Amino acid sequence: MENFTPYSSLIGGIILGVAATLLLMAGRIAGISGILSSLIPPQTGDALWRVLFIAGLIIGAAVYPLVGGDMAFLNVNPYQLSDNAHYVLLVIAGLLVGGGTYVGAGCTSGHGICGLGRLSLRSLTAVLIFMAVAVVTVFIMRIVVGG
Amino acid sequence: MFNIISLISGLLFGFGLALSGMVSPGKVVGFLDLTGNWDPSLAFVMGGGVLVTVITFRFILKRSVPYFGSEFKLPTKTDLDKRLVTGAVIFGLGWGLGGLCPGPALSSLAYGNPKIFVFVGAMVAGIVIAKLLTGGFKKTA
Repeated sequence: MENFTPYSSLIGGIILGVAATLLLMAGRIAGISGILSSLIPPQTGDALWRVLFIAGLIIGAAVYPLVGGDMAFLNVNPYQLSDNAHYVLLVIAGLLVGGGTYVGAGCTSGHGICGLGRLSLRSLTAVLIFMAVAVVTVFIMRIVVGG
Repeated sequence: MFNIISLISGLLFGFGLALSGMVSPGKVVGFLDLTGNWDPSLAFVMGGGVLVTVITFRFILKRSVPYFGSEFKLPTKTDLDKRLVTGAVIFGLGWGLGGLCPGPALSSLAYGNPKIFVFVGAMVAGIVIAKLLTGGFKKTA
């Protein structure tokens, strides 16, 4: 539990809720997978807000260390794989995350932050399933890679 | 105005993901690692976010039109179908393997790590493949 960061995680989560509130005030759900997948390919009249939101994501994340945010926790390679193995894993993971969120119509933000906020049974179901599967996946990975 | 709100929402979202720790796959895997050295931090992220939305969404959705823009575009499906379950299983698998979900992956492009660019490229390819397999390109949004 030495990495436990309840305060920054809670405040970060509240900011996510505020951001999702703001976008709903503009009539849209802050589901990142949906915002991205509906840009492939871009639809006339429906692309600009999506591009601006994604640009905002990147700029917002870039601002955090610039205003003194601590990035020491950033660990991209949690299973401590070799670079080559990690690249292979990331390609597989990326394909699954992209495909799975498109088919399942949402990710941690759309089903999690927004769907649960709307008290959607579909979103609750999706969240419980992807959390459970991810927990089992990590459990198996820990056994496979050891550590 | 609608587009500016979207940009501001994105800025807040990206900042929130960084502050919360969600941009770190190590943090995500630490959260999912229930039987190992469990780090419950990310439960506070989801908890904090839903705490806000569960209150604010009720008020916003009582309106017939949003504050900014002309109409609400919300998910319309309510049934639990095989597609939802299949997608959630596939996503959960990928999330556990990489420790990245779409928001944090896009946000972390900010930090210039080539591995994140590879992940995002694969994620876009995954969307394209899923759309090809499910006829998603034929649909008009």
